[in-house]
Amino acid sequence: MINFLLLFSRQGKLRLQKWFTPLSEREKKKVIRDMTMSVLARPPRTSNFLQWRDLKIVYKRYASLYFCVGLEEKDNELLALEMIHRYVELLDKYFGNVCELDIIFNFEKAYFILDEFLMGGEILETSKFAVGGSVEEADTLQETMEEYMSKPAY
Amino acid sequence: MSDVVEKTLTALPSLLSLDSQPGSAKLSSNSKLGNLIRGITELTSKHEEEKLIQHELSSIKEQVSSPNTTMRQMRELMVRAVYCEMLGYEASFSYIHAIKLAQQGNVLEKRVGYLAVSLFLNENHELLLLLVNTVLKDLQSTNLIEVCMALTVVCQIFPKDMIPAILPIVEEKLNHPKEIIRRKAVLALHKFYLIAPNQVQHIHNKFRKALCDKDPGVMTASLHIYLQLIQENAEAYKDLTASFVTILKQVVGGKLPMDFNYHSVPAPWLQIQLLRILSLLGKNDQRTSEVMYEVLDESLRRAEMNHNITYAILYECVKCVYTIHPKSELLEKAATCIGNFVLSPKINLKYLGLKALTYVVQQDPKLALQHQMTIIECLDHSDVIIKRETLELLFRITNAQNVTVIVEKMLDFLRLSKDDHTTVDLAGKVAELAEKYAPDNEWFIQTMNAVFSLGGDMMQPEIPNGFLKLLSEGFDSEEEDRKLRLFAVNSYISLLQGDPSKLPQRFLQVICWVLGEYSYLKDDLDPVVVLRLLAQLLDMKGSSSDTKSWVLVAMTKLCWSETAVSVAQQVAETYSSSFDTTLRQRAQELQHLSRDSQLHSRVLPPGGSLEPVEVDSSLSFLDGFVSEALSAGAAPYKPLHQRQEELSRSKALSLEPYGLSLPISTSSCSITDRQSPTLLSTSSGLSGDSTDFSHRGSSTTLKLDGVRRVWGREGYLAQKEPVEEVAQVEIPSPLRSPGQQGDADSCHSRTPTANPEGDREKQQLASSLFGGLSSQSSVCLMEKSERFGRKAKGQRASSTPNEQRSDPSVSSSSAVDNLLCNNLLEENSEPIDSSTKQTFQHPQSLRVPNGACDAEAIISDDDTKGRNRPVSPEEHVEGDDFPPCEDKSKDLSLTAHLPAELSGFSHSEIIPLCSNRSLDLSACHVQTDNTVVLVVFVTNSSEDANLQIQVLSEELEVCCPCESPVEEVRGHSVSVRQYSLTVKRPLVHFELVGRLSYSAAGTLQSMQFSYKLPLTSFIRPLTVSTEEYGSMWLAFSHDTKQNLTLMKEEQEPLSATLNALKKKLSLHVVEIIGVEGLVACSLLQDQPCLMHCRVHAGRLAVWLRSPVADLPDCLLYHCQRALQEH
Repeated sequence: MINFLLLFSRQGKLRLQKWFTPLSEREKKKVIRDMTMSVLARPPRTSNFLQWRDLKIVYKRYASLYFCVGLEEKDNELLALEMIHRYVELLDKYFGNVCELDIIFNFEKAYFILDEFLMGGEILETSKFAVGGSVEEADTLQETMEEYMSKPAY
Repeated sequence: MSDVVEKTLTALPSLLSLDSQPGSAKLSSNSKLGNLIRGITELTSKHEEEKLIQHELSSIKEQVSSPNTTMRQMRELMVRAVYCEMLGYEASFSYIHAIKLAQQGNVLEKRVGYLAVSLFLNENHELLLLLVNTVLKDLQSTNLIEVCMALTVVCQIFPKDMIPAILPIVEEKLNHPKEIIRRKAVLALHKFYLIAPNQVQHIHNKFRKALCDKDPGVMTASLHIYLQLIQENAEAYKDLTASFVTILKQVVGGKLPMDFNYHSVPAPWLQIQLLRILSLLGKNDQRTSEVMYEVLDESLRRAEMNHNITYAILYECVKCVYTIHPKSELLEKAATCIGNFVLSPKINLKYLGLKALTYVVQQDPKLALQHQMTIIECLDHSDVIIKRETLELLFRITNAQNVTVIVEKMLDFLRLSKDDHTTVDLAGKVAELAEKYAPDNEWFIQTMNAVFSLGGDMMQPEIPNGFLKLLSEGFDSEEEDRKLRLFAVNSYISLLQGDPSKLPQRFLQVICWVLGEYSYLKDDLDPVVVLRLLAQLLDMKGSSSDTKSWVLVAMTKLCWSETAVSVAQQVAETYSSSFDTTLRQRAQELQHLSRDSQLHSRVLPPGGSLEPVEVDSSLSFLDGFVSEALSAGAAPYKPLHQRQEELSRSKALSLEPYGLSLPISTSSCSITDRQSPTLLSTSSGLSGDSTDFSHRGSSTTLKLDGVRRVWGREGYLAQKEPVEEVAQVEIPSPLRSPGQQGDADSCHSRTPTANPEGDREKQQLASSLFGGLSSQSSVCLMEKSERFGRKAKGQRASSTPNEQRSDPSVSSSSAVDNLLCNNLLEENSEPIDSSTKQTFQHPQSLRVPNGACDAEAIISDDDTKGRNRPVSPEEHVEGDDFPPCEDKSKDLSLTAHLPAELSGFSHSEIIPLCSNRSLDLSACHVQTDNTVVLVVFVTNSSEDANLQIQVLSEELEVCCPCESPVEEVRGHSVSVRQYSLTVKRPLVHFELVGRLSYSAAGTLQSMQFSYKLPLTSFIRPLTVSTEEYGSMWLAFSHDTKQNLTLMKEEQEPLSATLNALKKKLSLHVVEIIGVEGLVACSLLQDQPCLMHCRVHAGRLAVWLRSPVADLPDCLLYHCQRALQEH
């Protein structure tokens, strides 16, 4: 199971955080600090994995943004790497040539996409979701409009 | 009306503009959030940022609490609040508004509301209760999106206690026409299963339906649940193996719709999930494994090495092949795969290859030999995690011959490591290896010195404790012990003469203890020198007060000569006025003992540390003091839990002093306590680290366990020998096979030819690392070497958690031995399932169509015919296990027929069950360590007969170890049947009903009988320490309380009462502390029940706790009976 997903910039600024295990605020801050520190300190041409406490950390850099996942011991690191990649593909599809700014300014959308992709720390959708995310977005709007029209007194 | 129109007009454009275009970063950047973000990026200092955010937050706060704020604006405000929180500023005022937004907003607003809630709140936050109704409403909504959102939030955060409120609706969603809803519902149930497994127990058959769903997505989601279920109990799901194999076949064969492909690989996530499930199912099970060989072969073949995702699948495939019952063909392919990984120039793959090697190396040491050059390369790899994994691999292949090299490598790594978790982990491993395989004393002490100084103060406390224990308890030979201790003393003296200020506190404490105990062994050493060295520790700035106490205690032991006394006195004087009470106490002791040499030699005889010290744990010597204080008007002391109990009782509304459930406040507190183990272990500090480690430890244990069993006794050892032979043939490979080296090296920029010098070094290293591997059989890897057996003698007796972790193979093997010794038990361990099924199916075929009312039918039947039961078992069993015999002669004659393996255990009186002209049925039960065996004696007083006996019970699981239900009993003899009983559900008394049908001389006859036995037959003492007791106590959920009569005993009514209970119910008295007693027992081996007793107002207040429902109540009943009888 994935324990957390963090997105942060090269400067160590947090852009997105998702926790799949209950943690206190203090612990979360500690994790974020440790992750940014150790991931940013990695020399070039090393593997994408790290050991942190009893968790396996898998990270990957896309342009200026680092995607960082905390895994349990038995999880498959390569798969997590592909999971990150899939998420990036999704963001790319939704935003159209995604860049860090898109995620900064529309972070709630990034969260929505993530929610459709991962649920409770497991992959929810491995197919179709590339379209799914945006389709649903459109659906939402349509439904809202319908609701709006049918109940004008709202 | 105009109002409505106006609203419509104003709302429409915003609705359309903001969300109609996905990816509209430009639009949003004009928003307030955009302004905020831009504002922040323009700032230069952290301080300015803080000011800006605080300003922002106060403006948000003002707006959210204003009544005029629309939901639309609220949505925007929430987004900003979330952003501020992400930057690390608290916006707790907005939490309640987020909940409100989720409650009241339209779909889009709701969505933001839910998102904000899930980001703001923790699973335990009390505000979450306010969300329950909203979720409930949305789950029932006709709008798909709302249902989806509700399910998402349920999966993300939902209070555990409220699951029952929404469970039926979530369950209903499993039948929803839309697959997305079904999929989410399945995942939500998965989440529920993880946090509250007993809540979803009843819907297991619905999971099966989800597995068979026509939508592959729903099926994939259901696999998450199955993986979990199978992990817990693989036996119950063996029947699904074929289905899983079929699914995997279809997936691998590309039968799924194209859109499940990921980079043209069909549904990789699904494949991996299936492979994991299969490996769990095929573990230790040849028949199940055979079903999957074909598809595994196909998977290995199909996955072309071209993309990360296929590597991920291959890795999982290899693991599966090595976990299930081995097939040589597949193993070969998997080994090639591992080779490809290890030799890959890509670091990620190399890492995964090492991981795979680590996983399989104990089964197949040949593989490690093949890749030894690569492994050596990896030892010097620039990437830390590769080095770390390599060490892990080496740790697994350590034996007596390569231990020095491997430990050296590990210590090298430790010296550079900055990560606490790694340090603790590695230090533990080095200590373990040192204890297991140490070639000589010198090396052992030096290695442990390194462990102590590198491991520092974060190290698990078991390591120094174990080390000291090892030193003090010693081994078989006195002389050897003396040498080891002397060596330790020498090495510590020289360390102290160096620069002790750099040594960690733990290490100093170890040094103090050893010098205090054993410095007398060194003849030419004046204790004054030691004392001076120790005194110097006291003056050091960094010394903790703990260490200082250790120093003072050591000094106390040493001050038996004239000159020493003067040094000691000086020190004692300084510290007898210390602020630290412990230090003052130690200083006082030192002072008094150094003055009075006679007392000193009596209290601390040199070399007398081995005698067990008797501790007056009840502190009875303080009784006078206490009574004096009480008479002077002091309040009687109440222990912490009693105070809490009273506090909560005064708060709670319940007027019942002892109800079944806990008062609210304590229960909620215990719930949080119970959750803590599931938390991600991130808490810093010592305790956090140690729990971390135990988690890790358990995971290693698991692995080793799996490895052992797969290659366990019957199946594979035979096949293994040829493998070992091959390994032997390959010994010279490090020196000989340049091709292989070439392979190994080609992935690196360095080539072997370019650096012959370095290469030779590497080869030397290789032969030292892998030497033991090839020449010694791999059995040595799994069993302990001779030396460890000796070394760890003391430790094993103590059975610290460390020991258990370090040596799973031994414990499991001894368990296996136990099983083998006990013939009966071994047979029991065979498929229990099928035999129970059998017993339950027979009556169906016999008479009663409905299985559920079987027992009742027979009982009532029995009552009418019951006259042939000479003695009602009721009279016997109640109260006592073994009542005086009534029919001694018969008993004696039958006792002789008790099976030999049971004769060592106590058995109950043999009770006649039923009889007729030719047959006589009697029974008794025997209590073995981990089961209760019902022994039925059939005395045949006429000619040969075929008979069949069924025994069943609703609350007990009855296993008949004999193969055929029908057995021939020869004339004039006694036949014995055994049924092992385990408890399904605790009950005060268990009733077994049985039917005997027999055919003699062509006629078929049958008889019914019943047998009753009390719960106490299943109770075994549970030996736990007080600390373990404490932690178990918090973890158990079912409890009951009652006041019992105390025995009228002048002296110590509590211990007398507890002893009586102990004798009657075979409980274990953990500790008696003053007016309180801790008692522990377990239902057979695995279901503990703890009892806390306290003398209160002349009665014994008992509080029982257990993880098993009803157990406390039933046990309480027996306690009551036992005391009444007394």
